[in-house]
Formats: sequence, C-alpha cells, structure tokens
Amino acid sequence: MRYYRRFSAAQRVLHVFMMLSFTGLALSGLPLIFADQPWARGLARLLGGFESAGIIHRICAVVMIIVFGGHVLHMAYRAIFKRDWKRLLWGPDSMVPQPQDAFDMWNHIKWFIGKGPRPTFDRWTYWEKFDYWAVFWGMFIIGGSGLLLWFPVFFAHFLPGWMFNVATLVHGEEALLAVGFIFTIHFFNGHFRPEKFPMDTVIFTGRIPEEELKHERAPQYARMAREGTLAAYEAPPPTMESKAFGWFVGGGTLVLGLVTAVLIVYSVIR
Amino acid sequence: MSPLPLLLRTLAMLMFAASVAAADPNETCLACHADKDAKGSSGASIAVDTGKFAKSVHGEAKLACTACHADVSPKTIPHPEKLKPVDCGTCHDKPVAEYKATVHGVARKGGSQAAATCVDCHGKHDIQRNKDPSSRTHHDNLEATCATCHAKESMKGQAKMPGGAVASQFHDSIHGKALAGAARSAAPTCTNCHGAHDIRAKDDDKSRVNRAKVPDTCGSCHTKQRQQYAGGKHGKVRQEGNLGSPGCTDCHSAHGIQAPNTPAFRAKVMAECGTCHANYMETYRETFHGQVTNLGYTSVATCASCHGAHDIRPASDPASMVSPQNRPATCMKCHQGATVSFAGWDPHANKHDAARNPVYFYMALFMKWLLIGVFSFFGLHTVLWLYRSLRAMKGEAR
Repeated sequence: MRYYRRFSAAQRVLHVFMMLSFTGLALSGLPLIFADQPWARGLARLLGGFESAGIIHRICAVVMIIVFGGHVLHMAYRAIFKRDWKRLLWGPDSMVPQPQDAFDMWNHIKWFIGKGPRPTFDRWTYWEKFDYWAVFWGMFIIGGSGLLLWFPVFFAHFLPGWMFNVATLVHGEEALLAVGFIFTIHFFNGHFRPEKFPMDTVIFTGRIPEEELKHERAPQYARMAREGTLAAYEAPPPTMESKAFGWFVGGGTLVLGLVTAVLIVYSVIR
Repeated sequence: MSPLPLLLRTLAMLMFAASVAAADPNETCLACHADKDAKGSSGASIAVDTGKFAKSVHGEAKLACTACHADVSPKTIPHPEKLKPVDCGTCHDKPVAEYKATVHGVARKGGSQAAATCVDCHGKHDIQRNKDPSSRTHHDNLEATCATCHAKESMKGQAKMPGGAVASQFHDSIHGKALAGAARSAAPTCTNCHGAHDIRAKDDDKSRVNRAKVPDTCGSCHTKQRQQYAGGKHGKVRQEGNLGSPGCTDCHSAHGIQAPNTPAFRAKVMAECGTCHANYMETYRETFHGQVTNLGYTSVATCASCHGAHDIRPASDPASMVSPQNRPATCMKCHQGATVSFAGWDPHANKHDAARNPVYFYMALFMKWLLIGVFSFFGLHTVLWLYRSLRAMKGEAR
C-alpha cells in the first residue's frame, strides 16, 4: 500500500507536546473547578496536593506556550522568508476558513440527515479548522488570563482589580469548554467515529494511506494528481515505532481524556 | 452460721464497746468497721480505711463518725443496718444549698439516681482539701473525677447529657493537652468553665456556660480576645440582645477546642461562617481561594484571613481589615507588593449582580451561552454523524 505525507515531523512533534501539556493542564486544573467533587479531591491528592498540582499546571502551561510560539514562529518563517504567505492565507492548504468550508458543512449535515450523498473533503475539513482556531482563541483567552492569575501583583500595576475576577471566570469556563470539546468532540471527530475507531494514528505517524486519501479526501487527491505533487508527498509506510507511540501514548491520552470527560459530565449533571 | 456464735460475737462486741466508749467514740465504731473483711448482711463491705480517714480533712479535724452518721449513737450498738444518707449540709450548709440548684442537684431532686452528689466528687472517708494534690477535686484531678461519669457512653442513657460523653473530646482539646503538660496549673479544667457547686445546665440563665455568658466565661482568661470580640460586629450584635450572633463556642466548639492555626480548625471554622453567610460562601467558592479550600487545603486565604477572627468589623468601619483603607494591607499579608488596584479585586464577585460586578456579570453570561452554543451544535453534529456513519457501515456490510 502506498502512503502519503499528511503531517510534517515538526507538526507531529508539536501535536505530541500540545497533547501532553493540554492533558497535564486539564488534570491539574480541573480539581479546582470541581473542588466539591470527591474525585477532584482524590485527583488533587494524587498530584501531591494543590501546591504541586499548581507547579505541574505552570510547567505544562510553559510547554504549551512554547508549542504555540513555535507554531506561530514557523508560520511567520514560512510567510516571510519562504514567501509562502499566499498559500497560508488562502486556498486548500490554508487553515483560513473558506466559502468551500460552508458548503462542506452544509453537505455533511445533509448527509447526516439522509438528504444527500456523503461528501469528501480537501486537505483540511471545516471541523479540523474549527479545532485549530479554537486552540488559537483558547491560547489568548486561557493563556492570557492564566498569566494574569500567575502574576497578579505585577499585572495589577496596570490593570484594574476586577480584571482578575474576570480572568478567574474566563480561565475556568474556557478551560471547561476546551477540555469538554477536546475530550469528546475532537476525540470523536478524529478517533472514535466508526470509520476511525478506536483511533487514527495519522497525527503520530504523519502518513495517510492512499486508499483513505482517495476516499475521504478525493478533492485533495484529484488536485495533487492534477498539480503533479503526489510523487513529492509519497512516503514510506509508517514505522513500527511511530505506530507504537501513537497507540500507547496517543491511546493512553485518549483513555485518560475520556475518563476525565465522563467525570466532568457526571459532575455537571449531578 | 449458727445463731450461737453470732450471739457470742455481739456480746463480746458490746462489752468491748462499753469499755472504750468513754475514751473515743470512733473507737466504738472502728471496733467493727476497722476490720478490712467486715461485711453487712448484704455481703457488701462495711470496712473503713482508718489510715485514709486519719489523713482526710475530717480525720485531721478528729471528727466523730457520728458527726456525719448522725443517726448512730455509740450507746445503741449494733446500730440499725439501714442508716440515713449523710447530710453534708449540717456543716457545709452554703455549698449544699448551692448544689440543690445545680444541674446535678436538680436531677437528683427529679429522681435521678445517676446525678453526682457530694461524695461522687469529694469521696467519703478520704475527703481531701482541694489544694491537696491527692484530692479528687484538686485542679489536676478534676478532669478524671468528672470523667468517672462524663466519659461513659452508658451514662447517656441514665442521665440527660446533651453534649454526650465529652471527656475524650476535652482530653484531646487544646485545654486538655495543656492540662497534661507542664503549665497545667494555668490550664482550665472542667470547673473553670462550668463552676463547681454552681454547675448549671446551659439553658439556665445563671449558668456560666449559658449562651449569653459564654464570652465572659472564656473571657475570664482570654481577656484580649474578649475585648476584641466586644468591638467586633458579632459582639455588638450580642450587646443589642441578639443571641443568634456567634459566641466563642460557635466557632471554637466547647469541649473539643483545637489550636486555631491547625488546617483542620481553619477548614471547620470556615464552614461555620457559611452556616449564616451562605451567600458570601457561595461567591467565595468561585474564587481561587475558595476552590483551594474546598479541595481541603488551607494554605490560602480563608474567611478569617481577610475578615479577622474576634474583631470582625463591617467594611464600612474604618478599623475593619476589609475597609477600603485597610484592604491593600490585608492583601499584602500574603501578596507582597499588593497595590490599591490589586486590592480592587472582588473576593465575593457575584455572577448574578450586574450592579456590583458589571463586566463579570456580562462575561459570565457570554461564557455560559458560548458553552451552551458550542456543545449544542457539536453535540448534535456528533450524534447525527455517529448515527449516519453506523448506518452507512451497515449498508456496506450488506
């Protein structure tokens, strides 16, 4: 079977660190939001008490900020030095939402309700773009409010006191949104939906099988064939190591996230 | 036993008694009662430890047995087996009169056989002065003396003890621990709070532990705290006659008082604040401080960290720790370098109060609908997708 490169090594590494730091942030932060739940107290104790959970939270925050900064710098490098900004800002390789995404979503929903054929997608689907921009939004809102709460005395030199009330609120609510979204919707879209269940290792191996590219991303395959770039993106099959890493580290994170999601849903409903 | 030896014994006793009666009336009594093995007809011991009696306060005073056992005369020996109870009030008229109004005295009058009388605390033939370290009523021994009844769970059935068997609570309290330490003479024991001959039920107005009296009772030692309390809001509300306002024991408990700086106490006392100030507890729980304490850690600010303990004053009082003037200094206790702007943070910001916290109010509303919006849309998106995918796979399988 032939394989094509979907994610570069840098993108895969960034995703792993994003995934690990996100899970670390979630597990060390959620006990505060659900402080009245027995599982939150148990989790806080497991992490060595709230002080050590706070240290874990800050270490993971720094890792995530580095991941974010690394990605932004990489994009800036591509735009400025590689003069690639046109492809970054528009077209099928761009993460910027396009009119096509609205059509894609419309057709997808029509298929859901049995009113149309199953659509196929180009390189980035509308839900993948949503995930991507949700992280951007989250980085500014959660990261920004988190820094405010980390260094309140410093920020109080130029911000009014009520900003810290708002920071506490949005940090928690946005975190709940992000964690709830990633551990259920993103997990389903990327891994748990019947076509991928129990998981899709493409984000760890970086390689997509030719069959899948042809079937699920027909416009991309057709476009690459037309542009003559298929050969350039052809890659050897995923290595055993990258697959094993995906199964164990990625799969482990899936299980951990799913358990967390169940606890959150249980606590919110209760 | 045949009747003859008994008759002989009685005769011998009578002769012996008559021979010594003139010298010391107690010798007549001790002729029988000094015998360690002497028993009444019921088989119960009637022995009197002469050595202990001689060292007792009554023995030192060379009191005659008949001074207490007034219905016995050395002239009519053997005396009737059933004697009247000793009336300590013959001499100790004042304490006995006081006793009758105590919780023990009232219970006795009401027919209780369990309530303590004079002898239960003071002993019988071995009564010592309070000052004597071997006395049951010496400061160091009172805890054990009261505990003979108040440590027994079984006592709860026999006597009305609202606090239950409190002795172990007291023993493990800061007062109990102090009593076991080097400074025991300065530590309070049971009678310091409850009194001795004036122990009264706490619902009795005259009781030292009556709700209205507790601040003064504790304040007899804790004078500084008593003063602070009087200046604080809780104390002032008390002075206006509202006894619902918390006194010492509402936060500190009565018998199980713990050192105020322990995490357990800091957590417990916060819950106490919440019983009245529920709305403030709710908004506190939304802050980082409130979340951390809810997890069971008390190294962050609790109620008392900002409001004080004994002299809690309203924010409108310039002397209050949370008055606008003092707020930065209060924050600075933990947050070095805290500014006026820093202290503008609202520790009780309310999501539902647009007048008090406008931005917070609208952000909370926005966040709520953002979450509802995103989860509703993608929730439905996911459910529909799952349904369609499963149907599509089934179709392919067929």
